[in-house]
Amino acid sequence: MDQKLLVGIDCSNCGQRALDYAVAWARTADVPVVVVHVIEWSPYSFNTPMENEARHKRREAELDRAHSEIVDSVVDRLRDQGIDAKGLVRHGHPAHTLNDLANEAGATNIVVGRTGTSRIKSQLFGSVPSTLVQIADVPVTVVP
Amino acid sequence: MSKNRFVILLTTLLAPISALAQNGIDERIDNAVRPIADTVAGLVFSSFPVAGVQIPFVLVWLIAAATFFTFYFRFINLRAMRHGFHLVRGDYSDPTAAGEVTHFQALATALSGTVGLGNIAGVAIAVSLGGPGATFWMIVAGFLGMSTKFVECTLGVKYRNEYTDGTVSGGPMYYLAKGLAERSDKLRTLGKILAVLFAIFCIGGSFGGGNMFQANQSFKQLVSVTGGDASWLADKGWLFGVVIASLVGLVIIGGIQGIARVTSKIVPFMAIVYVLAGLIIILSNVTAVPAAIGAIISGAFSPEGMAGGVIGVLFQGFRRAAFSNEAGVGSAAIAHSAVRTNRPITEGFVALYEPFVDTVVVCTITALVIIITGTWDPNVDPGQGVALTSAAFESSISWFPWVLTLAVVLFAFSTMISWSYYGLKAWTFLFGESLITDITYKVLFLAFVVVGSSMQLGAVIDFSDAMIFAMAFPNILGLYFLLPVVKRELNTYWAEYRAGSLQKFGKALHRA
Repeated sequence: MDQKLLVGIDCSNCGQRALDYAVAWARTADVPVVVVHVIEWSPYSFNTPMENEARHKRREAELDRAHSEIVDSVVDRLRDQGIDAKGLVRHGHPAHTLNDLANEAGATNIVVGRTGTSRIKSQLFGSVPSTLVQIADVPVTVVP
Repeated sequence: MSKNRFVILLTTLLAPISALAQNGIDERIDNAVRPIADTVAGLVFSSFPVAGVQIPFVLVWLIAAATFFTFYFRFINLRAMRHGFHLVRGDYSDPTAAGEVTHFQALATALSGTVGLGNIAGVAIAVSLGGPGATFWMIVAGFLGMSTKFVECTLGVKYRNEYTDGTVSGGPMYYLAKGLAERSDKLRTLGKILAVLFAIFCIGGSFGGGNMFQANQSFKQLVSVTGGDASWLADKGWLFGVVIASLVGLVIIGGIQGIARVTSKIVPFMAIVYVLAGLIIILSNVTAVPAAIGAIISGAFSPEGMAGGVIGVLFQGFRRAAFSNEAGVGSAAIAHSAVRTNRPITEGFVALYEPFVDTVVVCTITALVIIITGTWDPNVDPGQGVALTSAAFESSISWFPWVLTLAVVLFAFSTMISWSYYGLKAWTFLFGESLITDITYKVLFLAFVVVGSSMQLGAVIDFSDAMIFAMAFPNILGLYFLLPVVKRELNTYWAEYRAGSLQKFGKALHRA
């Protein structure tokens, strides 16, 4: 089966290690890469009517900013290195959305960076990589 | 403008109003407004006697419509509940539209505008004046009201305005104006008149029931829990008003969404605490439940010693249900119309849950607590509803009045935020959208918060109650004309639903 990598990045620098790892992998094995940024959002939140009214506009702005400040420059850099890359931005729960997008894009691997949260914090709130490892439908690589 | 300077500015603007309130001007306002208020309230609540009970026409108007819609759409209130739940859960939400307003969010926003004093104060009054049997009719009215909300909210989404920047505006003024014009040229003028009337009443309602009444009632509860007349707060309604008005002002003028966001997180939490506390009281007295249900049913059909017999009980139940869930008033259609969907009818199905949660679930729990604890009192003063519910909960959980006070103040706050939005939409519909019209409305709104909490203005409160119910006249009249539109949408959609050709997404795919 043809391989395809999906890399999750949270801001332009924080996902750097995961990205470096995926780039090295992609270049040696010549596999396409999907660069993904998830904007944290819940469909079950409680909003004011004013927030709801402007929601569509806000969403467009959030997507634009995520593309221009986080995803697009990374995709360009990958393409410059001869990698078949594309960028995706979506709203949702980070871990679940990464998995959904991996399914949609037909990715065979998900690569994310280790978050390095303290033990207590991750016990209480979990972290994106640990949740992802529990729920993912494809193998997950967590880059330290 | 920094937050601090903004608060100072607001306080300096609002303080004079409260100073006036201290100098007996409230009486002068009361006297000046009284004749107008009496006339308007007299018109809206004009009643006719049935079996010795005075029944206001507006109540018959609301219940007749709800009953007619229920039959016209062949009990859509019951048969679409399952599908409505699946829609709220997100089974039919396209994942690529993540980040837009979901069905759940639209419903939650609309609910936070309706759940509140009606559920806490209104029910106590219904049970006290109508006996336990009033609960039965309240539940019936809740189920019928679901059909009205279904019609309103479908139309609210269908005829909303979508602007080029992606913001949306919807509600009765838009479906009355656009929907009736679409039906026929003859109805165009009627539609415009109804839309303007609705907008005027909606502004009145937003200053009154959605604002002054809320401020007034939550202040009363705060005073009673801190020691009644002996409370330090007893004569400081203006202070409470200025504080609340400043907080509301920070949200609606200052655009400080943080406060609204905190409230919108706490309000559902408080609602859950309220329901849980109710359930705990009911369960810890579980042996009394069969007797209570027996009293509710026998009281509904053969009340003993109630004025007007069955009609009297039915009237009390229906009246408080209508006060509580606002079905037919049209307010919720404004909140629901922000949802992102290309099938307006789906929001109608979701809206069924509003009267269901508000009236059928929350009101029933309150009623059971009051009946089981035996705290209802046929001689209650209708202004003391909150105190009665508070006493009912207190008899089982001694510290609960404090929680209830917090709940009442928060519910009042979120209701004010919602109604300031409804009123503003009606205001801009009449006067156009500009910064000046916008600010004018909002400053007026804040002034009424202070007025509502610092004055004992019976006349003004009567007037504003009348305004909320007046909204039901143009709204429901328009709904009758627009029923075929809803029917067409429903038939097309329901056929697709039955055929299983609606697209499902995500987990729903695996469940199916």
